[in-house]
Amino acid sequence: MATDTRVILICSGKGGVGKTTLTANLGISLARQGLTTAVLDADFGLRNLDLLLGLENRIVYTAQEVLEEECRLDQALVKHKQESNLSLLPAGNPRMLDWLKPDDMKRIVDMLKEQFNYVLIDCPAGVEDGFKNAMAAAQEAIVVTNPEVSAVRDADRVIGLLNTNAIKPVQLVLNRVRPKMMANQEMLSIDDVTDILALPLLGLVLEDEQVIVSTNRGEPLTLNSVNSPAAKCYLNIAKRLQGEDIPLIDPVEESSGFGAKFRRLMQTKIF
Amino acid sequence: MTLRDIINKLLRRQTASASTARERLQLVLAHDRSDLSTELLDQMRREILEVVAKYVEIDMNEGAVSLETEDRMTALVANLPIKRTLNGQIKLIEPINESEKNSQDVESKDHNS
Ligand SMILES: Nc1ncnc2c1ncn2[C@@H]1O[C@H](COP(=O)(O)OP(=O)(O)OP(=O)(O)O)[C@@H](O)[C@H]1O
Ligand SMILES: [Mg+2]
Repeated sequence: MATDTRVILICSGKGGVGKTTLTANLGISLARQGLTTAVLDADFGLRNLDLLLGLENRIVYTAQEVLEEECRLDQALVKHKQESNLSLLPAGNPRMLDWLKPDDMKRIVDMLKEQFNYVLIDCPAGVEDGFKNAMAAAQEAIVVTNPEVSAVRDADRVIGLLNTNAIKPVQLVLNRVRPKMMANQEMLSIDDVTDILALPLLGLVLEDEQVIVSTNRGEPLTLNSVNSPAAKCYLNIAKRLQGEDIPLIDPVEESSGFGAKFRRLMQTKIF
Repeated sequence: MTLRDIINKLLRRQTASASTARERLQLVLAHDRSDLSTELLDQMRREILEVVAKYVEIDMNEGAVSLETEDRMTALVANLPIKRTLNGQIKLIEPINESEKNSQDVESKDHNS
């Protein structure tokens, strides 16, 4: 039985910013570090976590049957094929949304806490009931956002709700970072986003075509192609979560040579 | 402002969009966080001015009340220019009974002119 289980909410406000992809990759990475990890799909309306993990054909029972006491928790948990430390608790029928209450989520998570080191909750988009139910069961949170005005604004809403519900720590993951656009100041910089949201940065994830390829296959990037830019980012995030001191890379500094030096000069603040 | 923004300005090109994004976000978030509409802000401005006007002379048409945000702390900032007398001192309005006399003075002066 695991003690001191960390229950982490993965949320964003805005949809499609990369919550599910982060949950899947973080789950794989933590499992690889030898940590027993459960990923809970709390997006009952539009479940996808099963698909990203390639486990969609192995679902027998879901969180719904567990709550209705039609099956035991371990019957509903789907173990990952390659990473046996990782298990998925699939989302039930969308109709669950009609009756699901925050206490139901707490019950599910309390059960998971008995067996796992980590419980990652993949949140639905929005700040309505689906999100609030999921938040009720969490201790800490990772807010995922993109360097875009709408995503940052929605993240701010969510952070406000997390703060009033005493969820902490709340850390930030900035996803879909394009170093070139940032260097040209055509994209909000890392500092812009962390300053505006006033959150510690757990990590950034580069924009990477391989994310789509891995989704097609149902094999999270961190499972195989650990050399892809995004995979490295996900691995670093998992290590930092475990308390390892992995320095953040500055995507603008990373691009080397004269071009980068010039771009840095252009970014120098004058006023 | 960055060097790039300055060069863009000199060349009359548009500034890089990141700084526009940053400014727009800061503004919209200050309002999101406070849940105050511009109407409410304006009403608050007028009421604050009325209170301040009891003590110092200010121009009721000037003055702005805005929300500024830093580190998730939102501050209500009131900028109320206080009128000064000719010798450069801030003009304090006298206590009520005195000020009644003052207003009479003004009236009588108007009469003379
Ligand atoms: N770093 C990245 N590089 C490229 N594409 C990405 C990246 N991260 C996410 N994506 C793509 O963005 C889309 C949305 O990702 P994902 O489903 O993880 O978001 P989500 O926040 O869970 O969405 P929803 O709110 O609908 O649940 C997917 O098509 C995914 O492949
Ligand atoms: Mg999702």
